[in-house]
Amino acid sequence: MKINIKINGQNKTFEVEPGEFMLDVLRRNNYLSVRRGCDNISCGVCTILLDNKPVPSCSLLAAKANNHEITTVEGIQVEAEKLAKCFGEFGADQCGFCNPSMALTVYSLKQENVNATEEEIKAYLVGNLCRCTGYVSQHQAIKKYLGDSNENS
Amino acid sequence: METNQFIEVNSLEEAYILASADRLNKVIGGGAWLKISLKKAKTLISLDKLNLDFIDSESSFIEIGAQATLREIETNKDIKKLSSGILNQAIGKIMGVTIRNLATIGGSVMGKFAFSDLYPVLLVMDVKLKFYKLGEISFADFVEMPRINDDILISIKINKNNSVGYFKKAAKTALDFAMINLAITKGDDFKIAIGSKPSIAKLNYEAMKYLNSKKDITEEVIEKTCALAIEEAKIKDNVRATKEYREVLIRSYLKRGIKQVIQ
Amino acid sequence: MKIVNNKIPSVDGVGIMKGRKAFTDDYADKDSLIIKVLRSPYPFARIKQIDDSKAKALDGIEMVLTYKDFKRIPFTRAGQGYPEPSPRDKFVLDEYVRYIGDEVCAVVGTSETICAKALDLITVEYEKLEPVLDFEKAIDNKSIIHDEPEAKQMFEIGFKPKKNIAASYKMHIGDVEISLSECKYTIRETFYTQAQAHVMLEPHAVNTHIDYQERLIIYSSTQTPFHIRRIISQALEIPLSKIRVIKPRVGGGFGGKQAIHGEMLAAYVTYKTGKPAKLVYTRREVFESSYSRHPMKFEMALGADENGKLKAIDCNVLSDTGAYGEHALTVFMVAGSKVLPLYNKVDSVRFYGDVVYTNHTPAGAYRGYGAIQGNYALESAVDILCHKMNMDPTEFRKKNMMKEGETSPIFAIMGEGTEGTPMNMDTCKLQECVERGMDLIDWKNKYPSKDLGDKIKAVGMAIAMQGSGIPLIDMGSATIKLNDDGFYNLMVGATEIGQGSDTALSQIAAEELMTTMDKVIIYSSDTDLTPFDVGAYASSTTFVSGNAVFKAARKLKETMIEEAARIFDVEVEKVTFDGKTFKVESSDKEISLVDFSNEITYSEAQKQLQVTSSYVGPKSPPPFMAGFIEIDIDKETAEIDIIDYVSVVDCGTTINPMLAKGQVDGAIVQGLGMAMFEDVKLAKNGKLISGDMLNYKIPTRLDINKLTTIFVDSYEESGPFGAKSVGEIGIDTPPAALANAIENALGVRMNSLPITPEKILQKLKENKK
Repeated sequence: MKINIKINGQNKTFEVEPGEFMLDVLRRNNYLSVRRGCDNISCGVCTILLDNKPVPSCSLLAAKANNHEITTVEGIQVEAEKLAKCFGEFGADQCGFCNPSMALTVYSLKQENVNATEEEIKAYLVGNLCRCTGYVSQHQAIKKYLGDSNENS
Repeated sequence: METNQFIEVNSLEEAYILASADRLNKVIGGGAWLKISLKKAKTLISLDKLNLDFIDSESSFIEIGAQATLREIETNKDIKKLSSGILNQAIGKIMGVTIRNLATIGGSVMGKFAFSDLYPVLLVMDVKLKFYKLGEISFADFVEMPRINDDILISIKINKNNSVGYFKKAAKTALDFAMINLAITKGDDFKIAIGSKPSIAKLNYEAMKYLNSKKDITEEVIEKTCALAIEEAKIKDNVRATKEYREVLIRSYLKRGIKQVIQ
Repeated sequence: MKIVNNKIPSVDGVGIMKGRKAFTDDYADKDSLIIKVLRSPYPFARIKQIDDSKAKALDGIEMVLTYKDFKRIPFTRAGQGYPEPSPRDKFVLDEYVRYIGDEVCAVVGTSETICAKALDLITVEYEKLEPVLDFEKAIDNKSIIHDEPEAKQMFEIGFKPKKNIAASYKMHIGDVEISLSECKYTIRETFYTQAQAHVMLEPHAVNTHIDYQERLIIYSSTQTPFHIRRIISQALEIPLSKIRVIKPRVGGGFGGKQAIHGEMLAAYVTYKTGKPAKLVYTRREVFESSYSRHPMKFEMALGADENGKLKAIDCNVLSDTGAYGEHALTVFMVAGSKVLPLYNKVDSVRFYGDVVYTNHTPAGAYRGYGAIQGNYALESAVDILCHKMNMDPTEFRKKNMMKEGETSPIFAIMGEGTEGTPMNMDTCKLQECVERGMDLIDWKNKYPSKDLGDKIKAVGMAIAMQGSGIPLIDMGSATIKLNDDGFYNLMVGATEIGQGSDTALSQIAAEELMTTMDKVIIYSSDTDLTPFDVGAYASSTTFVSGNAVFKAARKLKETMIEEAARIFDVEVEKVTFDGKTFKVESSDKEISLVDFSNEITYSEAQKQLQVTSSYVGPKSPPPFMAGFIEIDIDKETAEIDIIDYVSVVDCGTTINPMLAKGQVDGAIVQGLGMAMFEDVKLAKNGKLISGDMLNYKIPTRLDINKLTTIFVDSYEESGPFGAKSVGEIGIDTPPAALANAIENALGVRMNSLPITPEKILQKLKENKK
């Protein structure tokens, strides 16, 4: 079946199987920043924005996204770069396999709650696992990113 | 997953006809649990076009459309006012935000997942499910019924009352399924439900009956309530916890919960 | 120092965050053949027959591979240097399957869907064999797991396959039995550790194609590109010169990508068909069919005199290597060699035991291998002894532990698979680590515990050491090239796997060349383009590869000065260089680096300036640390809140304090995972129940409250700018520190990992009986 999706601002049509999940469709169509970590909604690596909300693309039926908007990290490059600089400042980036998904989730948090406390940051991002950093440096970096965004708004 | 077709229905009637035509035609919610719970289907039936993602606060009840996401419910301020906000709290413990943006209340209810953190809470609140054919049935009755494959869940209705509530999920990590989850409300009466034991949550009628018969909630009464609840709950082992440890958790958190709601 | 020991952001952080093409699967040819492996449902069986006719008949199926397609060449997947200290006991595919998840056959087709269908259409007839599922019953079991005549050891590692022993080892100094009999205080305890999984977020991935020179190109998510090239060449009989291994960005390794996974099958498919191919493990395959940490059993005995001086350590270890002997001996030996020297003043030590085959998922390299198991056993035993002597465990350690300038005879006796190398501890700030840790955790007020009403607060601690590469074995090298416009290319064999080595190594080069980070462009781990390096393991990159970079930078600087002298037509000694400008002493002659590099490239006696240097450590200076945990534990449910974990680390100079902290923080949380959450559940038939991320739980950000990580001042002369290693040391202490805190809280000793609330209550109940 065909689905129409506005992806990163562009209207696209994809040919998909009726039972296919969005992650597979995106990777097949060269959206390689969306990655497979666990394949059963446990890790957060495959996160994309569906109508501006972060969802796990490994479990989003592609057919359900028909006529909706999808954003990958390519759609939020400026924000991703800002967050990357904060990560750099606190040594919060290691392997980076999850970083594009982290950028999308943090970007959503910013839109929902730019004043998030550390506990709120943790609760919002708990589904985004990281095996590298021990998390603490990420929280410092995210606080900085939210703080900077707040100042500039 | 394997399926022949995906159909976005235009009416409840269409969904009903499709769903009742074949046991392998499946109504889906957000799809968050699809990978885990469903390998094959003939037809996937999506209700996305039916505008069932509403949350309406009426004077005496709140009605939540079956397609409302868990995240929408979790962040709803009217729902937060009910029973000390235990529905919001419980949902907040389900996986991460991204999954809660996908998972719907309808899918979560109809899935009858034994690990459900929602179930104990919906049991102790005053909840009715509204089906297309069956009409309204109480959530507690629904839990006891065999799985419904052909009817379509339209919404869940939570009656507003002045009860206070308590919810606890005990899990190994913040992203694990519960070793046990339990919920208590105290309105005119106490209600207690325990889930993930590891079977699906049920109301603890014996414990409730006993507790509700006592005017003075002493330590002894609480102990006895816990003992009755544990006996009634038919607790078993699974990979997450042994029967013995589940009993410890239930005893501790039921006790703390009862103390909290009577304060 | 301007660059080294400064908080420099990683060189690749922005591009990675922005989602640039980076990881192995991002480079797969779009038309790659997909490879899927049929995996054994039985723990031990002989394949009687494979009927793949229906699968082969499917449209889109290119081939089905069974053991009959491969020449019987035994190899080891371990990903080590040559000759390997692991038994060669593996074939690409074999007639026997030895664990649930072992490879039966492989289908190769045009899509995932077709391959999945093909897998369903293959019928296999098995002769089921009696599995060995209890590692304590493996030795001399009726079932022999490796009965094949081809399996062999490359040198003596105690390989006795008929007895199900993959390796064995023993050493002793003095006579422990006599020493123990003379001690006022002795304890004997048994400890068990579990098969922790790495759970790096990027699953194992490989893709292959043939380039226009008809060579085999392998993109692999690996920690050891050069070893992979050698092992594939050996096992598939492809000339080494025909293979190029490229390691793109790696999404975490932690030792899990030291070994070969899908590379062998993908290489074979492409070599045979000439077509591009790829194999990406599912998460279940990562759990079930790669490998995990060696589970171990320790029987420990310690003895101390009336003054609290430790006199004897006896340690008998049994290690479960699962179905294949990858890292069997090396992990085993490290359980002694990177633990026992912590207490170097004993009269006698004995360390001995066997590594056995079982029909479990194989074990292999995992960050802190051997050390974390041994540390848990020894550091737990030490606290038990302290309790018996009624001595504060920090006092005991200060009295008995390794101090700067001292040594241990164990260094000379035990290496990693071979004999060791004697060395003195030129840097060892353990004393300071312990003291500062005590202050930071407030040991004086919190030890052993405090009643908080519903909860008990308690603290516990442990000390640890690691190594910095394997001395006289691990080699790293670096090439630095000067370009026109005065910037440099740094090419290293060292393997960036997310730990930040590209950044740290660039810093070393930039510091020595007195330039800025933007002038050093690093490229790592490509067997055609970069010089050799053993890879990212054994905490070797900063120390071994870092020394190579340092040497190369120094040599290039000298070469540049020589060339400048030639241009100036003066003696070399007269030329100075400050990173930007060459000047001639007592003259106003000068030339900027930019002009110099342009001239030497385009106009004046043109030549390419480039040097390559290598480094092999004559020793392996250990980093040290003290770890302190503060927990609140629920009196009724024994649920544990980790309040803080204090790490005070001596890793020499931190090349990049931020990245070093990241290494320690991350390792601490992995260690806490092993200590508390990461429970490996097996069904009765040996099937991994905890074989996905819904069931195998690693720590989440809500499970970690606070990490206090600091570094003490330390300068290791033999390291680049004074650095030692920092990649593994952090993982060692959490299990013992937690076990010790639990005893301080509840008076109950937890002798097996993970330590769960449920097990604590069970133990309390047993103790009451």
